[in-house]
Amino acid sequence: MAVHGSTVTSLPHGSSNDQATPPIPPERTVRSRSEKMNARRARTGWLFIAPFGIVFVAFLLAPLAYALYLSLFTKGLATGTRFTGLENYLHAFSDPQFLKGVWFVVRFSMVLIPVQMAVSLAAALVLDHLTTRLARFSRLMIFLPYAVPAVIGALMWGFLYSPTFGPMQQVFSLFHASAPFLLSQDNVFYGLLNVVTWQWAGYYMIIIYAALQGIDPSLYEAARIDGASAWQVAFRIKVPLVSSALVLILIFALIGTLQFFSEPQILGPVANGSITPDFTPNIYAFNLAFGYAQFNYASAISFSLGIIVFIAVYVFMFATRKKGSTLS
Amino acid sequence: MSAAALAATLAACSGGGDTAAAGSAKTCTNKIVHADAPKVSVWAWYPNMATVVDNFNNSHTDVQVCWTIAGQGAPEYAKFQTAIQAGKGAPDVIMLEADQLTGFELQNALVDLSKYGAADVKKNFSAGSWKDVSQGDSVYAIPVDGGPMAMIYRKDVLDKYGVKPPTTWAEYEAAAQKVKDAGGPAFGDLGSNVPAALTALMAQKGAVPFTYDLADQKNISIHLDSQPAKDVLNYWAGLVKKGLVGTQDQFTTDYISGMVGGKYATYISAAWAPGYLTGSGVGKGKERGTFAVAPLPQWNPSNPVSVNWGGSTFAVTSQASDQKLAAEVAKGLYADDASLTDGWKTQTIFPLNQNVLKSDAFTNNAVDFFGGQTANKDIYIPAENAYKGFNYSPFSVYYYAQLQAETVKINSGKISGDEAATELQGIMVNYAKSQGFTVN
Repeated sequence: MAVHGSTVTSLPHGSSNDQATPPIPPERTVRSRSEKMNARRARTGWLFIAPFGIVFVAFLLAPLAYALYLSLFTKGLATGTRFTGLENYLHAFSDPQFLKGVWFVVRFSMVLIPVQMAVSLAAALVLDHLTTRLARFSRLMIFLPYAVPAVIGALMWGFLYSPTFGPMQQVFSLFHASAPFLLSQDNVFYGLLNVVTWQWAGYYMIIIYAALQGIDPSLYEAARIDGASAWQVAFRIKVPLVSSALVLILIFALIGTLQFFSEPQILGPVANGSITPDFTPNIYAFNLAFGYAQFNYASAISFSLGIIVFIAVYVFMFATRKKGSTLS
Repeated sequence: MSAAALAATLAACSGGGDTAAAGSAKTCTNKIVHADAPKVSVWAWYPNMATVVDNFNNSHTDVQVCWTIAGQGAPEYAKFQTAIQAGKGAPDVIMLEADQLTGFELQNALVDLSKYGAADVKKNFSAGSWKDVSQGDSVYAIPVDGGPMAMIYRKDVLDKYGVKPPTTWAEYEAAAQKVKDAGGPAFGDLGSNVPAALTALMAQKGAVPFTYDLADQKNISIHLDSQPAKDVLNYWAGLVKKGLVGTQDQFTTDYISGMVGGKYATYISAAWAPGYLTGSGVGKGKERGTFAVAPLPQWNPSNPVSVNWGGSTFAVTSQASDQKLAAEVAKGLYADDASLTDGWKTQTIFPLNQNVLKSDAFTNNAVDFFGGQTANKDIYIPAENAYKGFNYSPFSVYYYAQLQAETVKINSGKISGDEAATELQGIMVNYAKSQGFTVN
C-alpha cells in the first residue's frame, strides 16, 4: 500500500505534462475516483488472498500460537498444570537429551549438506553437458528416489541394511567377511547420511539443472571462442551463474536436516536401539508429547528447535547475502 | 467475510473431529448384529479379535461392541494419550497392557470398575494377575491374558551339543559356554527392545524397581540400582561380553530368521511367544517340533520365582459415555468360552481365566509347536499360579525407553551392568522429581 501511494504522489512531479494541465476541479474528481478504485482494488486483493489467508491462519498461525501458549505451562504427572512462563525454555536449553539431539542434527547437516550439494551439482553439470538420450534417461533415474515416498524409501533401506537379508551381506559373504551393520550405534550416522543423500540429491539436481538451462548459451559460445575448456566453462561460468540456486538448496537442506524426523523414526525399529527416543529434537518432541504425555514441554522443545532453525538460516542468509541476491 | 469463513472452517474441523470420535460406531471393523442396541466402542489388537467381537455381539442383545484397531501397543497408547489430552476421541473400552495401567490411572483416564461389579469376575483370576489391575480396593481393568515366562529352546541344537536344558542361571551360562566352545550358535539373546522382559528378569532375582501406590500419588520409591538389579544386568552384560548371547532386537525379521535358522539355542520369553513365532513362520516345515520349553532358569532353585512379561487387559476410559455399559463389555469381552478356546488353541493368548486354566482341554493340550509337549500343564500353568504380581511405575513408557538405551550401551560393550543400573537410577529419579513426585 505504501509503495502504491508514493508512486501516485510522485507522478505529477515527475512528468512535465501533468504540471501543464490547468483545471483543478477535474483533478480532485480524478483523485477521489482513483481512491475509490484503489479501495475496491484493495478489497478485491484481500478477497484473492482470503483462501490462502484462511488456510494460513487456521493451519499455521493458530496451531503455532496454541503451541506457544502450551509451552508456557508445566504439567507434571503428579502435579496439576501451572503457569511457569519461560521455565520450559530454560529447561530445554539445559536438557542434555535435547542438546544431544541438536548436536546430532548440526553435525549431520555439516556433513550431509556439502555431500548432497557436491553430488547434485556434479550430476547436474554432467547432465547439462551431455545431450544424448542416455542423459535424459539418467536425469529421470537420478530424480526417481525423490519420487519414492520417504517412508517407503526408509523401509527399503532398512531391508538393504539388514544383516541377515541385505544384499550387502551377500556380497561380503562372497569374500567370507561379514558386512558392517550400517545402523549400529557407531555407523548409524553414515547409514542415515546415505539414505538422505539418496533421497534428496535427485531433487536438488533438478533445481540446479533447471538453473543451468536458464543460462544464455551465447555465454558458452563466447567462452569457447576465448579458448575456455569444458572444465573452465563449468567452473567459471556455470557454477557462479547457478549460485543462487545453490543457496536455495542449502537453505532447504539446512531446514530439512535440522528438523530430521521421518527416516530415523522409520528405521528405529530395525536399528537395534541405536536410534533412541531423543535421537533428533523432533523425535524427542514427538516422544515427549505422545509417549510421555508432556505436551507442554514438547511444545517448548518444538519452539526451541524453531528458534535454532531460524538463527541458523538467518546467519546463513546473512553470510551469503551478496551471492544469493534473490534471497537477501 | 474472512472471519466468517474462518469460523466455518474451524467449525468444519471440529465437526469432523466429533464424527470421528462419537461416530466411530459408523466405522466399526466388525458387523453390528443388533442394530438397535446401544454401542460401546473398543480399541484392541488381539489377532483373533474379529472372532471375539462376533462372539460377543451374537450373544448380547442389550449392547453391541464396535471394534477398531488403533495400533498395537505403543501406537495405540500414543493415540489414547492424545485423546486424553484433547478431552475427547478415546474409545469407551480400551485394551491396555498391565504395565501401562498405573500411568493412565494417575491421569484419571480410567474408570474404577469396583463400583460396576468388578468383584463378580475376581474369582476367575489368580491373585497375582488381579493385583496387576488393582490399586488397593480399586480395580482399573479386567485381565484377559498373561505372559508367564519360561525358557523356550531348540531341542535339536541342545542335543547336538550334548547340553541339558539349564535349570539355573549358572547352568545357563555354563551351557552357553559349552555350546560356544564347540562352535555352536548364540545361546540366547539380549534384545534392547524388550525392556519389559529384562525388568521381569530383574524382578526374578528380587529387585523391586518401583513401589507406587495410587492412594499416595506424590510418593514413589525407585530402586533400580539395588543389588539384585545390578546382579541381573551384570549377568547379561557378562554373557554379551563373552559372546555367549546375541544382541539382536527381538520381533524383527532378522531375529525371526535367526530363530528359524537355529541361530539362538534358547529364547527366554513369555507364554504367548509360541503363537507369535508360529505366526511369523517359525517352527514350520522341516523345523516342526524342534522347539521345546522348560521352566525359567532360577537364581535359587530351592526358592523358585515366577515372573510375567506382557499380557493385556480391558479398561474403561473416563470418556466413556455410559460407564456402566462399558464396564459390562470390559467384563464380558473375551471372557466367553468360545473366544478363550479360540485364543489358546491358536496360541494367540495365554488366558488368565481360571476356568480355562483348570479345564482339562487346556491343561492336557499337547502343544504342536513344542512337538506335542504338554507345555501348559508342565510349565506355564505352574508358572502362572506362582506369579505374585508386580508393582509398575506410572511412567512405564519413559522407563522402558531409558532401560532400552542402557541395554544398547551394554550390548555395545560401552558400560557394565553396574554402571547401567546406576545411570538408570539417576535418570529415573530425576525424571520422577521433574514430574512432581517425591522420591523415597
